[in-house]
Amino acid sequence: MNYETIIGLEVHVELKTNTKIFCGCKNDSKSEPNTNVCPVCMGHPGALPVLNREAVDLALRAATALNCTINQQSKFDRKNYFYPDSPKGYQISQFDKPIGEHGYIEIEVGGEKKRIGITRLHLEEDAGKSTHAPDGSHTLVDFNRTGVPLIEIVSEPDMRTPEEARLYLEALKSIMQYCDVSDCKMEEGSLRCDANVSLRPVGESKFGNKAELKNMNSFRNVQRGLEYEVERQTKVYNDGGDVAQETRRFDEATQTTISMRSKEEAHDYRYFPEPDLVDLAIDDAWLDRVRTTLPELPLAKRLRYEAQLGLPAYDAGVLTADPLVASYYEQVLATNVDAKAASNWVMSDVLGGLNNEGKSPAECPISPEHLGGLIAEVSSGKISSKQAREVFKTMWETGKSAKEIIKEQGMEQISDVSVLGPILDEVIANNEKSVADFKGGKDRAIAALVGQVMKATKGKANPALVNQLLIEKIQAL
Amino acid sequence: MKLHSVTEILTSIEKGETTALDWTKASLDAVRQVDSELEAFLTVDEDSALDRAAKAETGLLNGVPYALKDNICTEGVRTTAASRILENYIPPYSATVANKLQAAGGVLIGKTNLDEFAMGSTTETSAFKKTKNPYSKGCVPGGSSGGSAAAVAAGIVPFALGSDTGGSIRQPAAFCGVFGLKPTYGRVSRYGLIAFASSLDQIGPFTNTAQDAALVMNAICGHDAYDSTSAKVEAEDFTRDLDLGVKGLRIGIVRNLPEEGLNKALKQAVDEAIRKLEGAGAQVVDVELPHSQYAVATYYLIAPAEASSNLSRYDGVRFGRRAEASSMIDMFEQSRSQGFGMEVKRRIIIGTYALSSGYYDAYYKRAQQMRTLIRQDYEKAFEQCDVIIMPTTPTTAFPFGDKADDPLAMYLNDIYTIPANLAGIPGASVPCGFVDGLPVGFQVLAKPFAESTILRVSHAYEQLRDFSWPTPELGVAE
Ligand SMILES: [Zn+2]
Repeated sequence: MNYETIIGLEVHVELKTNTKIFCGCKNDSKSEPNTNVCPVCMGHPGALPVLNREAVDLALRAATALNCTINQQSKFDRKNYFYPDSPKGYQISQFDKPIGEHGYIEIEVGGEKKRIGITRLHLEEDAGKSTHAPDGSHTLVDFNRTGVPLIEIVSEPDMRTPEEARLYLEALKSIMQYCDVSDCKMEEGSLRCDANVSLRPVGESKFGNKAELKNMNSFRNVQRGLEYEVERQTKVYNDGGDVAQETRRFDEATQTTISMRSKEEAHDYRYFPEPDLVDLAIDDAWLDRVRTTLPELPLAKRLRYEAQLGLPAYDAGVLTADPLVASYYEQVLATNVDAKAASNWVMSDVLGGLNNEGKSPAECPISPEHLGGLIAEVSSGKISSKQAREVFKTMWETGKSAKEIIKEQGMEQISDVSVLGPILDEVIANNEKSVADFKGGKDRAIAALVGQVMKATKGKANPALVNQLLIEKIQAL
Repeated sequence: MKLHSVTEILTSIEKGETTALDWTKASLDAVRQVDSELEAFLTVDEDSALDRAAKAETGLLNGVPYALKDNICTEGVRTTAASRILENYIPPYSATVANKLQAAGGVLIGKTNLDEFAMGSTTETSAFKKTKNPYSKGCVPGGSSGGSAAAVAAGIVPFALGSDTGGSIRQPAAFCGVFGLKPTYGRVSRYGLIAFASSLDQIGPFTNTAQDAALVMNAICGHDAYDSTSAKVEAEDFTRDLDLGVKGLRIGIVRNLPEEGLNKALKQAVDEAIRKLEGAGAQVVDVELPHSQYAVATYYLIAPAEASSNLSRYDGVRFGRRAEASSMIDMFEQSRSQGFGMEVKRRIIIGTYALSSGYYDAYYKRAQQMRTLIRQDYEKAFEQCDVIIMPTTPTTAFPFGDKADDPLAMYLNDIYTIPANLAGIPGASVPCGFVDGLPVGFQVLAKPFAESTILRVSHAYEQLRDFSWPTPELGVAE
């Protein structure tokens, strides 16, 4: 039987505020354990939360960028559950009135645009981090992460393939980075993704039992985990079984998913309005400020690159995925170089180099101005594109400008006719056969002569110019 | 006989007749003299008190000794909420009110007994001791702020702070014959008050007079950036209107007040007080509070619901009592099972049930709707009058153990005080007589932020009060 796959994602994004969401502690979970803590985020008796407006601001930016309807009146609720890294025994979250609802993201699948709905976006606090001793003898808890502001973004079950899920997640990450609300490092947990996946026979409207997939810490794992899960559920149905409603974990080592717990053990969170916080009111001025200060988002930028700069869709997509890359590219363009030439350099050489060294675009050793300088040297014919690759390498290592390197290494092409003249005359004199061949109609004989000039000038002569001058000189003989 | 009022102490120090140290020593002597029998204090911080008194500087309450209910956090000083689970808890920070009183030059003598986590009306649910009613050793002092009320009534301190979730200041004030004020919700910061029911809790003073309460209020009120629910209202001088009298003031009398179980002599004493105020020029009008009959039921859904959540943090992980157990879940269970007393467990279970899925709409949500109706009753009533006066309690203080086995009878003790917490309005209990040697009080309620009106009416009545005041059995001799 043919099955249709239904995927929905729940994504948690850590907001990069200075302080935590309900207290003045530094928002830095990587410090020495339990150093960024206070009575409020440790849940001490009598301590009360105070909402950090910076967190609300970032959540608003994110919700606006995701085309959500903003609830200007929202509130906070308590989600009650016991866990040692949940200090108060409840998490402050938003239940029935989130900040944003009914948004969407556009992705491109096989050249076709597809809209993925966003059910809701809400603010909440993060929990601490437990480390369990392998022998089960004890558990250590670090509360630095407790109270770090999170937004949870819940999608509609609109994705039909694991690839679509990955594309959605990539687009979401890109938007979050453009809004500058999070550093979105999946491997460090500042972007976390859970997926709900179920199958149903094609044509049927009822959803099958879904599995919730947790612990996927890379885009690759999200796609791989979902692929495995689709295969697994297909097999269960084909074998006449029924898929259990449960929570599963993606195991990186085996590239499979493993059952964690069944839904029968599901919590009753006993949500109720948080009495320690007043309702959250967002006035028009605040909302307007967010709307007007939101930067150009990735999709708009990509379309502009295609239309305005004439870049191929592929280039535009690569250059706009990460705002830092786009910004680098735009700074290169600002030096008045050709858009496609700049795109080639940024996409292959710059991104390739960064990737090899595991660096972020912010750490690129070549400044955009210097890259622009290099491209200008090539287009003006001062150096060949082969030489340019060498210059690029040196620029990467030394951080020097192209001009400086070309000068230091004596790489300038010889385009001076007064310098080339005598060399050409000598080559013509010493290669009578080739000259005669050329004169006799063998056009290719000129290549041998150019080769001789290049050899004599240690490759520095401008080959196009040499070619042209040789023809002139021989015809004048 | 009452010892000294805040006003007298301040005047005496100002004139140079006495020093802060004199009063602190007197207060500590009083603890030694009385408290072994009264058992109002859980912790007495003698060294710090003497130290602070020696350094007391200028301030609104410069040199005045005081006590705090032991659910108000004090940095470095054990704070237990009268619970085993916090038996050895030393907070790393102080409540805003504690900081404000210290900044005003007050001298903290110690921490007073209460019902465990402020849940109770007798102070009998304290895990540590049973505070006696100063007027009768065999009777309860009321609760949950029984220790603070008794300490002021016995003359150990001129003022003490308590907290009021459903009457926990006003009821023990009435039982112990002192003045007790529950301010408007949000008037006084709750930061550092160990939460019972966050949307109902409010800190307030016990004093000998309305004037003293005004002085304490001047020191503890104000918006606090650490408490989102604290009101952003201008600071005011609560002593300003004290002498304005009651001429032309409209006193609301509730005609449909449930009077089942109301002690007749007590009611007479309250009626007599109203007559005195009428004699001084107040006008009596009838008001209605049609939903007040549902207040107790409403309260006993909302308060336990919030409490069940507020008390989740006591899990043995970060502070407080931790039981030895073989697994994490066992550790939670054992710590809570050993650390909490019966009444606390009862309310956690009620609250958990009221919030659980499937019951939320039938219980918690309906209670919230009823709360809105009760608040609207008061809004309407205060269009017709400036204050409402009614008894604070249906009866005088009762003997220990009298209602301990009957929680429902116990809950009805708060029938007159609970609505003010649900509505968020201020209320005070003013002593207005004695029945069989035990104090009785009347309650003055006003609209939000009208504490000045309450203090004005109370002060006016105190000038008219003419009954003979018995000497407490347990109290500091003059
Ligand atoms: Zn903190």
